[in-house]
Amino acid sequence: MSKYNRKIRIVSNIVLFAMTLLCVLPLILLVTSSFTAEEVLAQNGYSFFPQKWGLDAYLYLWETRKTLLQAYKMTFLVTLIGVSCGLTITTLFAYGLSKRSLPGRSVIAFMVFFSMLFNGGLIPSYLMWTQTFHIKDTIFALLVPNLMMNGFSVIVMRSFFQSSIPEELLEAAKLDGAGEWKILAWIVLPLSKPILSTITLLTGLGYWNDWMNGMYYLVGRTDLFTIQNVLNRMISSMDFLRNSNLTTAIESGIRTPSIGIRMAIAVIALIPILVVYPFLQKGFVKGIVIGSVKG
Amino acid sequence: MKRKTHNKNLAKRIRQSIPFYIMILPGLLYLLINNYLPLPGLQLAFKRLNYAEGVWGSPWVGLKNFKYLFRSPDSWIIIRNTLLYNTAFICLGTAFSVTIAILLNECSRKWQKRYQTFILIPHLLSYVVVSYIVYAFLGGENGMINNQLLRPLGFSDISWYTEDKYWPFILVFVNIWKTFGYSSIIYFASIIGIDRTYYEAAEVDGASALKQIRSITIPLLKPVLITMILLSIGRILYSDFGLFYQVPMNSGMLFDTTNTIDTFVYRGLMESNDVDRAAAANFIQSVLGFFLVLTANMIIRKTEKEHALF
Repeated sequence: MSKYNRKIRIVSNIVLFAMTLLCVLPLILLVTSSFTAEEVLAQNGYSFFPQKWGLDAYLYLWETRKTLLQAYKMTFLVTLIGVSCGLTITTLFAYGLSKRSLPGRSVIAFMVFFSMLFNGGLIPSYLMWTQTFHIKDTIFALLVPNLMMNGFSVIVMRSFFQSSIPEELLEAAKLDGAGEWKILAWIVLPLSKPILSTITLLTGLGYWNDWMNGMYYLVGRTDLFTIQNVLNRMISSMDFLRNSNLTTAIESGIRTPSIGIRMAIAVIALIPILVVYPFLQKGFVKGIVIGSVKG
Repeated sequence: MKRKTHNKNLAKRIRQSIPFYIMILPGLLYLLINNYLPLPGLQLAFKRLNYAEGVWGSPWVGLKNFKYLFRSPDSWIIIRNTLLYNTAFICLGTAFSVTIAILLNECSRKWQKRYQTFILIPHLLSYVVVSYIVYAFLGGENGMINNQLLRPLGFSDISWYTEDKYWPFILVFVNIWKTFGYSSIIYFASIIGIDRTYYEAAEVDGASALKQIRSITIPLLKPVLITMILLSIGRILYSDFGLFYQVPMNSGMLFDTTNTIDTFVYRGLMESNDVDRAAAANFIQSVLGFFLVLTANMIIRKTEKEHALF
């Protein structure tokens, strides 16, 4: 490598290292702030190097753990159910559509495609879900609107089935007398692990991070709140945790360490993602690349 | 006679396809309900919503909602903000992401993987969490910038959440921060896809890395670049609701520079009971947005045929 090219490599590494810091440091501020003693926070604000560390925020969260544990439970539950249902209907839909001989296939494929181009917007959807289906303040509000399946995953998965599953394999299985469902379960799905894991990842992230459905449709039932909904509510009312745990908070006589709490609860919402991310990172990158090629 | 056998064939094909129709059914139902059933609700733009009567029973009012919308200064502000922010995101965001992708390509394999892992982190955060992070920096009383930066340097505090003039910069910065990793990886993937022999030939000719970037990487990246930009232009009437609602923490004093069509529609529907104007804005976004996507695709089909959506 020439001297000149080595220079470029060094510059590239410096810039990308700076970008890495840019992406990570804000999270570090979140974490250091959440571990700062409340009186220091009140005086010096959020800081990378707090003068005094403290667990005030987390102690308070522990006192109000009932709400948080419930919210955590809801996040897991909604993600689990949402991903299972979403993956099932997306896979079946895409597999059916991948059959070239299917009468009416082009009409259905067009409907999938058109749904990606034209969108009715918030008001029509909101009115339909609340007035026709009455999902307000039910768990369906968190599960059903928008997140379960989208045209994009259907199209990506269909092209995977068409390009990566050898037709002869399916023909052979059919000659052996296997039904279509058996073929799907025993031959197609095992060969489709990469695309299945990518779609699982994308759908799962969508459910885990979603706060919009809760904001639109959960008005009274705060017990259905996911962790993102709690965070969202706490932006407008710091007292949300205290009110929903009024008795315990008063009994324990703890004052609200309101400055640190915001950061502590954001940290708590982040931890699961950051814990699983290193293991799933490859899949995410692959998902993005697949998306860019097909989209 | 021929037609009869054709019909027979079709009947047979349909009969054989029954398992596939059953497979398609749940997904198709979901698509119909989630994406198509709401569409008749767009008529609300020409009606006055009466919650008791529902969408269909509400009385028609002609173009009154649109007149009402365009007579208010809000309409100008939300359209201006939506268009200008998207333009900034397209120009700055694209330039930044492409630069990062090119530099990433110059790093060693091992470090490419590491950098990718880190720059993708912001993409994994929800905008609610992002808004907390931004608050940690900008909060008036407790924010890091006021406390650790401005005060020690002898400046007075800036009340970030009440002064709208700073927000164009903040929102553009936050948007690029959150999305550049994702788009860099897309561009990086297409750089990797470039035929290595071009570079080998250039190497033999003694072209420097910079020269290679200028005369191989960038020209060959152009198709993807044009496609991505046109797709963004097709979505220029849409804004990320989370960015414009959560990050400014819904602060009313910032609406001049933070209100976009999406936040306007949401507030009209849920907060200010101003459904008439919101429905009109919603309608414009949906319908005009659709034509913009079609136009963008038409241009892509002319310039980069293989990248066209349809």
